[in-house]
Amino acid sequence: MRLRLEKRLEPSRAMLVLTPVLSVIAIMLLGIIIFDGLGYDGPQAVWELFFTPVLDVYKWRDVASKAAPLIIIALGLSLGNQAKIWNIGAEGQYILGAIGAAGVAFVTQSMTGFWIIPLMILVGMVLGAIYAAVPAVLRTRYGVSEVLSSLMFVYVSLQLLSYLITGPWKDPDGHNFPQTAQLTDAQLLPHELWDSGIPPGLLVALIGAVIFYIIVSRTVFGFSVRAIGEAPHAARYGGFSSNGIVWATLMISGAMAGLAGVLELMQLTRLNLGYPSGYGFTAIIVSLLGRSHPVGVFIAGIVLAITYVGGQVAQTFVHVPNATAGLFQALLLFAILASDLLVRYRIRISTTSPSTKGAHS
Amino acid sequence: MTMTFIIDALVTVIGITTPILLAASGELVVEKSGVINLGVEGMMLVGTIAGFAVTFETGNPWLGILVATLAGAAAATIFAVLVLSLGANQVATGLALTIFGIGLSSLIGSNYVGIAIDPLESPFPDALANDSFWRVIFGHSPFVYFAILLVLAIGWFINKTRAGLVLRAVGENDLSAHSIGYPVIAIRYAAVAFGGAIAGIAGADFSMVISPLWAEQMTAGRGWIALALVVFAGWRAGRLLAGAYFFGVLMALELYAKASGHAIFPSQFWAAMPYLIAVIVLALISSRDGKDGKAPACLGKPFIPNG
Amino acid sequence: MSVAPRLELIDVSKRFPGVLANDRVSLSVKPGEIHALLGENGAGKSTLVKMIYGIQAPDSGSVLWEGQEVRIPHPRAARRLGIGMVFQHFSLFEAMDVLENIALGLDGAVSRKQLDAEIRLVMEKYGLKLDPRRQISTLSVGERQRIEIVRALLLNPRLLIMDEPTSVLTPQEVDDLFKTLRRLASEGCSILYISHKLHEIVELCERATILRGGKVVATCDPRKETARSMGEMMIGSDLRDPARGQLSVEGPVRLSVRELSLPKPDDFGVALEQISFQVKGGEIFGIAGVAGNGQNELLEALCGEHLADLHTTIEVDGSPVGRSGPSGRRKLGLCSVPEERNGHAAIGAFSLSDNAILTARSRMGFENQGFIHKAGADEFAANVIKTFAVKTLGPDALAGSLSGGNLQKYVMGREIMQSPGVLVVSQPTWGVDAGSAAFIHQALIDLAAQGSAIVVISQDLDELLRLCDRLSVINLGKLSTPRPVGDVSVQELGLLMGGSHATPANSAGGIHAA
Repeated sequence: MRLRLEKRLEPSRAMLVLTPVLSVIAIMLLGIIIFDGLGYDGPQAVWELFFTPVLDVYKWRDVASKAAPLIIIALGLSLGNQAKIWNIGAEGQYILGAIGAAGVAFVTQSMTGFWIIPLMILVGMVLGAIYAAVPAVLRTRYGVSEVLSSLMFVYVSLQLLSYLITGPWKDPDGHNFPQTAQLTDAQLLPHELWDSGIPPGLLVALIGAVIFYIIVSRTVFGFSVRAIGEAPHAARYGGFSSNGIVWATLMISGAMAGLAGVLELMQLTRLNLGYPSGYGFTAIIVSLLGRSHPVGVFIAGIVLAITYVGGQVAQTFVHVPNATAGLFQALLLFAILASDLLVRYRIRISTTSPSTKGAHS
Repeated sequence: MTMTFIIDALVTVIGITTPILLAASGELVVEKSGVINLGVEGMMLVGTIAGFAVTFETGNPWLGILVATLAGAAAATIFAVLVLSLGANQVATGLALTIFGIGLSSLIGSNYVGIAIDPLESPFPDALANDSFWRVIFGHSPFVYFAILLVLAIGWFINKTRAGLVLRAVGENDLSAHSIGYPVIAIRYAAVAFGGAIAGIAGADFSMVISPLWAEQMTAGRGWIALALVVFAGWRAGRLLAGAYFFGVLMALELYAKASGHAIFPSQFWAAMPYLIAVIVLALISSRDGKDGKAPACLGKPFIPNG
Repeated sequence: MSVAPRLELIDVSKRFPGVLANDRVSLSVKPGEIHALLGENGAGKSTLVKMIYGIQAPDSGSVLWEGQEVRIPHPRAARRLGIGMVFQHFSLFEAMDVLENIALGLDGAVSRKQLDAEIRLVMEKYGLKLDPRRQISTLSVGERQRIEIVRALLLNPRLLIMDEPTSVLTPQEVDDLFKTLRRLASEGCSILYISHKLHEIVELCERATILRGGKVVATCDPRKETARSMGEMMIGSDLRDPARGQLSVEGPVRLSVRELSLPKPDDFGVALEQISFQVKGGEIFGIAGVAGNGQNELLEALCGEHLADLHTTIEVDGSPVGRSGPSGRRKLGLCSVPEERNGHAAIGAFSLSDNAILTARSRMGFENQGFIHKAGADEFAANVIKTFAVKTLGPDALAGSLSGGNLQKYVMGREIMQSPGVLVVSQPTWGVDAGSAAFIHQALIDLAAQGSAIVVISQDLDELLRLCDRLSVINLGKLSTPRPVGDVSVQELGLLMGGSHATPANSAGGIHAA
């Protein structure tokens, strides 16, 4: 008896939804084995990592505030993913968004006015979009793969951030710490909405998911993005410009990353060296785990946020290292990539007949 | 400028160039087979912790290098299974491998933070290795000599041997190679594992020579430079060697700016420089429309045998 | 019959998901015999020869080589037995030279110098001309095929499999090929010749095995048959010619192309040079030519994927469209169907309804202020499916799940039902079963009868001669002067298709006009 793969005539829609769930479960089981192997209490570590943040009401706010930037960035990335345009430099655009907002904050330190917050958001989004436009120029004008170029700019943005907070924007009252001054009240959104524990970012993420859903499923633009991703030649024949889509998807994802950067800055209230948290990278996992579908992305963002919060819980109670969450996120990504096979193929169990045995030996 | 300064500079450049030269050489073989593994950074990080931990625990640096090699190859094999056997997207999987490498090296390395090991030194006698002039040739770690020999060997292998011809054929036209009867998937597995092994060694160079005090993510994006270098070199071994030392000089400028403290621009500018230059160079190379060497035609595309 | 057959297949079957590609196929090839394997696209010919050459493994049945039962797990084993194969799609490596390509096809390591000498020897013996040092990307299709043949001959094969070798050749090149094959057969090499071109088989082969739907339906001696009788065995019903009404057209000019020149799109493409022609309403204009002479480039230039330098280079009903993209040209009534169905004319991973949105959204009004009117697309797709008898579950079925012929019918229907003033189609019946081909031909004729101007680009001369009012030949990106179909002989067309490179051979009997 042997297992045989058989290509499906049409990708399985059930598997498309089911495989991310299976991946999460598989990773939990794998986690128990890994933790036990490393000498920790496996079941408890996995419990703390995945379930405590869900069951403990006091952790919900943490989960929500981590999920918000992940979802916002991942929504933008999902659009590009569908066009097979890989912006893996979202972390850089996220940082640029925060730098833009911090720049507005730096200039408006002594001012008040309702316009300051919208301006911070606008500048952050524009800066994020411009930063993502650089790989778009490079790809459409010079044929440079956006994968490498967008990533290179992450490292550039890290150095820019480091320069600004150790140099021109350093907080004069900060005891020489490399950080900017605290945002003023006129520069801050409420920490949570209506005292409900919901951070403003989560509401933005929710509205964003609805908007992206409409774009992808109802508009010609959304259609063109999917067409380019599936069959660029056919999309060109259909009258869509692939360069236009490269520009649009990169700049939209850059603007979304920038927006997440601004909102996160308002949560943290200042820029410091700890600001780049890797959300831009984790959002790629969110987007793939959520199958680039706005609803999927929203759920996946919450799952990944749980692993962040759970990682901290597990560190406190089971004493596993802080890096655990990152490792689990990577394993989750491996699992989701591997399980794609089930969407396109079905597994058949066949008994070996003598002739086929001969043919395959 | 004194002679000592020049020799110091050369020694520094050669030293910091070596890991990217190694990683890029390995990736060159991978890409020649038609696969792009963006997980170089992750495989290097797996190599850094494997080399460091084994050397620290056993006191035997050679065992450390061996384990780093195997660990790099093992990490690459995860990528190979996903991409070659399960048909996963190469970009996403390479990225996953990088995230995996960061997570795994940080997890294992959490026990070693702040610990240092003795750096691996020149294999030549002290008289040569520490001579004020001859150290420019003999004063390097074994990684340096290995890297140069490796890139030359790879150049010879790709262009002059039958196995190299087959490797190129698989990267140029996988369907044709398959229909002639070459085992495309097996050849790509071998190439990917080889690339991973060499990336593992490149990582070990970081943790055992360049920065033998354990710190998380010590490769700091050099794996991505190695990827850019392969494009820069037009997929040719000779140009890879030259290009690697060019980037080495750029990276040395950052060290110099930090150390001297009186560079014209802030040190962050010099730190960002290799990445900016890499992007500019990619633009120049790519816009020349393949006149400097072409990417293997099947690079990054999944192999779907038509029957 | 005392000699064991060189190759014998007994009850060989092979199943793929959803199809039984070969159903208990038996076949035997004698030493020195030129044996035809005849069948329509999709009849299972390719699968069968892939099993003989070790690319695929049979699910059941046995393979006998010179009387001995053998297993052929990979092509290497096939070559070791003495089986050579020349593929329909060449397994060549563009970026390498002829020598490297041939070396890759050999199993042992041979020095370049030695190989060079061996190649020259074989070429001299069989009258094949080729420069071993040239890079593949600079070679013509005919030259590329010669590499494959030389590569196979270097191994002194005892069975040579030729998979549709003439689909890319000019009539003169076909003639040369047949000489080489006859010479080989006279030396005792068996040849398994796969084709769906009946007249070639009548001319060349001594025996034919005919496949239909994966089964052997007949074995015959082609020399005692006619093309028509074998065609009936192959297709299983009487051949029907489409009904063409009047042949002289006096309508207004609907498509005008003036001195269209475009550089080659990439290293492997063809530049278009000074192409000019006009097509009137009600007229079907044919463009013949050997594959790879600029047909795809011309189609893309006409449909707007590549823009002309001047707006006035291309005009539709008098309006210049040379600088408009595909959407702008469609709005003015210029629709097109490219050769490649899946991936160019349609998106396999999209539903049929979404594929309607791809090209019909503005003409049929499924687009409003950037939003898509999905119900409209569903309705249109359902209408195309019904009118063109597309076998599918409905508008939600993925285009990739349709058979080649059905997808072609859908794609043709999608464009025709937009009532285009000008329709440009490439290879309208490539790989389509005879019934569907007749249907598509009739649909084109009907569209012309309604006053549309139609351009048909095809490599199938029979098709063009039956369908068109006027014909041109494209060769190396240049278009010959259009001629009325009645005024031009097949031999002339053959010479034009060979361009200046063709030797003016006096036998063009390889082409058979119906």
